[in-house]
Amino acid sequence: MTSYAMTRVASGIRMLLAAFALAAFAFFLIGPLLNLVLWSVAERWYTPYKLPVTFGTRYWEQVFRPTGDAMASLATSVWIAVLTVIVALALSIPAGYALARLKLPVRSLFMILFLLPQAFPSVAIYINVARVFYQIGINGTVFAVVLVHAAHGLVYSVWIAAAAFAAVDKDLELAARNIGASPLKTFTSVTLPLAAPGIVASGIFVFLESLDEFTGTFFVGVPQVTTLPLLLYNAAQGGNYQVASITALILLVPSVLFMLFIERFLRADVLAKVGS
Amino acid sequence: MEPETQARAGSGAAISVRALQVAYSGTRVLHGLDLDFAPGSFTALLGSSGCGKTTLLRSLSGFVPVESGSIVVGGKDVAGLPPEKRGMAMVFQSYALWPHMTVLQNIGYGLKLRGKSRAEIAAKVGEMLNFLGLSGYENRKVTALSGGQRQRVALGRALAIDPGILLLDEPLSNLDAKIRLTMRHEIRAIQQRLGLTAVHVTHDREEAMTMADRLVIMQAGRIAQVGTPEEVYDRPASAFVANFMGAENVLPLQVERAEGKAAVTAGGARATLEAEAAAALPTGEALAYFRDDVASLDALDAPAGSGDLIVPGTIAARAYPGGIYRYKVEAAGRQITVDDVGRHELGTKVGLRIPLQRLHIFPASEAGIAA
Repeated sequence: MTSYAMTRVASGIRMLLAAFALAAFAFFLIGPLLNLVLWSVAERWYTPYKLPVTFGTRYWEQVFRPTGDAMASLATSVWIAVLTVIVALALSIPAGYALARLKLPVRSLFMILFLLPQAFPSVAIYINVARVFYQIGINGTVFAVVLVHAAHGLVYSVWIAAAAFAAVDKDLELAARNIGASPLKTFTSVTLPLAAPGIVASGIFVFLESLDEFTGTFFVGVPQVTTLPLLLYNAAQGGNYQVASITALILLVPSVLFMLFIERFLRADVLAKVGS
Repeated sequence: MEPETQARAGSGAAISVRALQVAYSGTRVLHGLDLDFAPGSFTALLGSSGCGKTTLLRSLSGFVPVESGSIVVGGKDVAGLPPEKRGMAMVFQSYALWPHMTVLQNIGYGLKLRGKSRAEIAAKVGEMLNFLGLSGYENRKVTALSGGQRQRVALGRALAIDPGILLLDEPLSNLDAKIRLTMRHEIRAIQQRLGLTAVHVTHDREEAMTMADRLVIMQAGRIAQVGTPEEVYDRPASAFVANFMGAENVLPLQVERAEGKAAVTAGGARATLEAEAAAALPTGEALAYFRDDVASLDALDAPAGSGDLIVPGTIAARAYPGGIYRYKVEAAGRQITVDDVGRHELGTKVGLRIPLQRLHIFPASEAGIAA
């Protein structure tokens, strides 16, 4: 065998391996999604059939019917998510700015304070929260759910906001003060616009977290407040895989949009400062 | 140069600093400075890094809190005021232009704060850009500009508010050499034209000398010398200043006095100075500081003449920077740099001709720090 033929065989094997790896990657990434899509259009599907017996959009129609549970809980989910973003940003913008500009000892104390909720099992925390909320009579309200979601979202949003503010060069603020801007004017015209991509990213992150949140909603919201993840849970429990799949697909949309936003707008130097 | 600028003081304001002390987290950086800035003057704060020159500038601008002392501008102590109330405009080393704004928005920012209409802002910015040689750049993104252009926009932003005082924080250090030379002249010309009081921080000696009417040499949070470029260069007040201004050769001397005359010995050479010149000399152990062009090479047995020392030495190294040869000569236990037109071989015994009049001589006890 000539060396030429050997290189050809070697490169052929390499190609084969690469193709295999790519296929495996696609399977793990796209496989579950494909399964969801398949289930969402399967009107009848039972063993031993590998594919649905009857295809149709009956369940999609059911979900998107104006009077359907799904649309109502989608609206609830989005409403809660929007309120959560407002509450989280109202806190994380000042907190993030303070963290970015404070000296070190206070800084780490602050950080720990915001990270603490993540350190404990969430179920244990939410049971206690539910008890307290029940006592003060706000259990089962949108307000209670927003509070729980915001507390959860703050962990990330404060962190990201702090990184976004830290990436703003202090000289840029001083330059504004120097030619006559008050501290507030400096913040609104220089610091905030420059940190905006990071702040928006943290807002989107909080929005997605809220949209996805299950445990907290379950403990403080049920039965009055039904969000999309709760609906998905109920549908899956009831064996209705079609509605569960469609709900899951709806939940996926904002995540994909977020990925695209991050890729497009968030500067690498902001990302690098997250957690530093 | 100085009287001329004093005479045509325009919009410049006077600054008077008294007993200024500044500390960073417990460490004192400025130790009670007293300094006056005349209206329309151009002062360069010069010193090696960590000497406190930037801190002084930043405490003038209000970025650094003052521990004690006063900063009086136009009869009013501004030491306790926030930066926006001080009427000083600064040009930053990093330019600090706002990347989310256009050239127009950057330069017009201060005008907008002062409630000017859009038409007024556009007119003033246009005039400013014209002045800076950047006509038509209004709607450019500042991120799309070159270093020199950014520098001009930063200058325009500072000048647009008609400040009485212009603070320059190493504004030229990020530019390449050729543009730096042009900008030196431009900034100086603008300052003269507008009659501004300018305070310029730099570690570049030549930049300070060519731009300023007055130098303030700083050393470890104190003022080492204040004077015109000529005064500081030709008559340094201390060994530190002499060394900092480029007199890097050090020669140990012995000065003895007898009958109004002074006898100076160094490395086996001896010279006598008459009454007048002798009076300025310290007595006993001393160190002489001088630049590379002061000493010259001569024969070992050359006649000393009046006021010259002929110190015997050996050529230890030679370089050719162009035009002349630069030698390192071992003499009196030191290495001394000498420029000479002739080519000599290494190891040659030579006589170093050193004119006493051109030496900066300080008592060894004081000079120790810089030696």
